[in-house]
Amino acid sequence: MLRFIIKRGIALVIILFCVVTLTFFLIRLMPGGPFDRERKLPANIEKQLLIKYKLDGPLLDQYFNYLGDLLRGDLRLSTKYRNRSVNEILAQSLPVSGILGGIAFCIAAGGGVFLGAMAAANQHTWIDRTAMLGALFAISLPSFVIGPLLVLIFAIEIQILPVGGWGSLQGLILPSITLAAPYAAYIARLTRASMLEVLTQDYIRTARAKGLSEETVIYKHALRVAILPVVSFLGPLAANLLTGSIVVENIFSIPGAGGFFVNSVLNRDGFLLAGVVIVYCALLVFFNLVVDILYGFLDRRITLYD
Amino acid sequence: MIDPRSPWLTLRRNPAAVVSATILVCMALWALLGPALAPTDAGEVTRNSFLPPSSQHLFGTDLNGRDLLYRVLLGARISLFVGIFGALTSFVVGIIYGMIAGYIGGQVDSVMMRFVDVLYSIPRLIFLLVLISALDPLLRVQMERHGLQELVGYSKIILLIVSLGLTEWLTMARIIRGQVLGLKSQQFVLAARSIGQSHTNIIFQHLFPNLAGVALVYLTLTVPAVILDESFLSFLGVGIQAPLASWGLLLSDAAQVINPIKGYWWLLVFPAAAMSVTLVALNFLGDGLRDAFDPRQRK
Repeated sequence: MLRFIIKRGIALVIILFCVVTLTFFLIRLMPGGPFDRERKLPANIEKQLLIKYKLDGPLLDQYFNYLGDLLRGDLRLSTKYRNRSVNEILAQSLPVSGILGGIAFCIAAGGGVFLGAMAAANQHTWIDRTAMLGALFAISLPSFVIGPLLVLIFAIEIQILPVGGWGSLQGLILPSITLAAPYAAYIARLTRASMLEVLTQDYIRTARAKGLSEETVIYKHALRVAILPVVSFLGPLAANLLTGSIVVENIFSIPGAGGFFVNSVLNRDGFLLAGVVIVYCALLVFFNLVVDILYGFLDRRITLYD
Repeated sequence: MIDPRSPWLTLRRNPAAVVSATILVCMALWALLGPALAPTDAGEVTRNSFLPPSSQHLFGTDLNGRDLLYRVLLGARISLFVGIFGALTSFVVGIIYGMIAGYIGGQVDSVMMRFVDVLYSIPRLIFLLVLISALDPLLRVQMERHGLQELVGYSKIILLIVSLGLTEWLTMARIIRGQVLGLKSQQFVLAARSIGQSHTNIIFQHLFPNLAGVALVYLTLTVPAVILDESFLSFLGVGIQAPLASWGLLLSDAAQVINPIKGYWWLLVFPAAAMSVTLVALNFLGDGLRDAFDPRQRK
């Protein structure tokens, strides 16, 4: 177990190192510097700026200096949002993304499992068919179709919910549903398939033969096993919510890390971009690790190795 | 050997798949021929901004007074083109990678599959955002230097196809590898080897025909995935750019101008409908194909 965690920890470091290196050099490949404006800056001012933002000197020296700063936990200054450090920007925007993602995570996992279990328990009825048809639509439609359509219906036509923005509880409803919908649908399909398989097993027949109520059989005995494939999807789910939140934050003008990420690409704001990418990748690998460990606890048949 | 026609028969008995296939063919024809049938000035910028749908402009007009129907068809063309060719690229990469890993097996297999696992854990779209905005200007410069001026406008499309193709192959590789692992221990492969056939021969003549069905299924399911990725990038302003159009770009334009005071609903509804119909149809067809060719994977 400990060996497993250590090995994955080492893998995390290697992945992060590759990601940092790739991002650093890719940004330098982009034509146009962070200080390019309509009018060219005087040479000495540009030089001062480059020194201030540690963008002077040979590329390799810059790279190793940057790695050094990263090891000290310093993500450097943003070249666009002058005088604000990347650490500061992330400290403000990540909690916003985190709250949105957390709510979406609960909706996707809870709603998906519930719908899937219900569909499986009522197989071949209209409940099953409607749920699965709805799931197929929710999987097929991207969040930038679902999001604006929800806005059009609930915020513009009936005007019961705000169009966007951050700060109110009502303002959280549409974004979190938009973000969660495709994954709730995927989880519902996953749960249904695995539940149908579990329901054919002997121990379920035994439970029914004992005279347990159908609810107890399905939600207590069957669901406990049927939920395993869903658990292994929770890692990728967290990852997808991270990526998905970029679009959703854009649609609903939410001041999360996703908006900064897109702008940093367009503004050639290298250190901010690298900062967001590092944090995203680290979170992702971390979530996957947590899910793998959790899986070992839930399903004793699985032993973790290498 | 199973009757090779039977999967197609199963497919034809699946009404959802048949309807989807018909819709997709119609959509493709419409996208190919539609813009040619439209009046020549349909794509031009005019002063008639935000006209609601009427007999003259069936889908209304956009911010720049362009006919929205024309824009949606243009978007269909580019989105479908990127989707199909991106999926084909990923298909080629995935099938080669999966076959090599599965056929050689052993250490090579485990190293190759570990590499796939690592790639899975990297946020793909986040990287594509950076990669495409870094490479696009470079590609343009290279094209101009080599006298390919007429291609410069399409550099984004080429880049999207290549980069999406080169990142969407992971699932395909895993599935093909699994199939090859199962197939290569079967007796007909042993028989082929025992009469002295070369590895190339075994791969192309014996394994390949048995993989075609499964590969086709995942090719169909990759097309909507690539279309989604393309529209994701275009929505965020890194993919297709005006005057070209893609569904993602049209939706992004719509999302920007729509607000409670000005309900330009047509800007949103028509591109969203075109995209939704196509994606749902592709997924239905993919599910139908999977049920027909690969019953064990049925969900």
